[in-house]
Amino acid sequence: MEFHSAFLEAFFKWELIQRYFPAIMKGVGVTIEIAAAVVFTGICAGLALAVIRAFRARSINVVIVLFADAFRALPPLVLVLLVYFGLPNLGINLPSFAVLWIVLSLVLAAFCEEIFWAGILSIAKGQWEAARSTGLTFVATLAYVVLPQAVRLTVPPITNRTIAITKNTALGTVIGVGEILNQATTAQSFSGNATPLMMGAIAYVILFIPVVVLGRFIETRFRWRRA
Amino acid sequence: MEALRQQFFNFAIMERALPLLLMGLRQTALLCLLLIPLGLFGGLLSALLSRSRVRPMRWLAMVAIDFFRAVPPLVLLIFIYSGLPFAGLRPSPLTAVAVAFFLNTSSYYGEIYRAGIESIPGGQWDAARSTGLSAGQAMIYVVLPQAVRNVLPDLISNTVEVVKLTSIASVVALPELLYSADMARSLTFNSSPLVLAAAIYLLMLWPVVRLVSRLERRIAT
Repeated sequence: MEFHSAFLEAFFKWELIQRYFPAIMKGVGVTIEIAAAVVFTGICAGLALAVIRAFRARSINVVIVLFADAFRALPPLVLVLLVYFGLPNLGINLPSFAVLWIVLSLVLAAFCEEIFWAGILSIAKGQWEAARSTGLTFVATLAYVVLPQAVRLTVPPITNRTIAITKNTALGTVIGVGEILNQATTAQSFSGNATPLMMGAIAYVILFIPVVVLGRFIETRFRWRRA
Repeated sequence: MEALRQQFFNFAIMERALPLLLMGLRQTALLCLLLIPLGLFGGLLSALLSRSRVRPMRWLAMVAIDFFRAVPPLVLLIFIYSGLPFAGLRPSPLTAVAVAFFLNTSSYYGEIYRAGIESIPGGQWDAARSTGLSAGQAMIYVVLPQAVRNVLPDLISNTVEVVKLTSIASVVALPELLYSADMARSLTFNSSPLVLAAAIYLLMLWPVVRLVSRLERRIAT
């Protein structure tokens, strides 16, 4: 009984829940904003890069592949710290949320480029030839024949990767972005109690469980079918 | 241009920071040796549990998998490291990292194993069982070897993610590669140690990332 109430006191203190609820909700707002921005710019940039790669200009493609490889191999936290502490030395001062947004967008773009490119490659050569022989230009073939099929194939891996990278918004706490984890750890050190941490963890679960379940649904719905 | 060289590619500073970073690299390597097998084992366990015939067991495994895939690993780590002391447990940084990674990576590896096991047609099971193998033997000798081969690219690519993820151990002051580099950065007021750390991560992971791309493409075509 005593342990029980001590546990509640440390992790579910009602008074603290009331006091820090607005802060955590503010963090939820920031997390959603940054995640939405990252998803939009990351996926668009990744698709754009894959389309550029389809033109098969050698020198440009080398740059794209190097970019995609590097940003898939580097831990995002290394990039966050590098950009956050490095840019001011060059006289560029970006707010911390912009640093997080840019870094995560680049990482997502790198992964999406590879996935979209694999999708484009998986479209049979006959599709290209048939489309071109009906008089469609290269660009029209890409836009109306290849991409619609390729993008459909890539929905499950893109969804999974996007979910994984939006969870990286928590890394923003290290550079002081006021997202959920940051609000929770700040409140925890002010109150000397683990209740805000518990609230933060619960906020993440409420936010991301539907996303994870949606990802599972999409995975079964769009099962990778050979074109 | 000169500022760029001074601040990011200052070889004198890199040289001074190198011993510290190599110590960090050692820690990162040791972490990987501990965390990857732990995750592979936990993943297998969670995959088998999520296919258990006992319904509550199966549900419990599925809920746990979704739960730990929904919580960002850094949140889990900080919760364990600075939340548990309030419950009277005081995990060391290494224990906190090991527990957080076990819970997080097991769920991801578990989903991969599960997809692999489900990719094996039921006939393989029936055939294996009809030759007199027990259910366990059929799993170990017939289903798992084929399942693992089918999802090998995913297993390798998740392992790359685990290696990259060890960098968050720096947040709880475990002196791995990123922690050492960031310490060198704050001592020298210069970003070159971080660039050096990034170069070391690239050197370690780039070949694997290339390999994964090639494996994935071979399967796609």
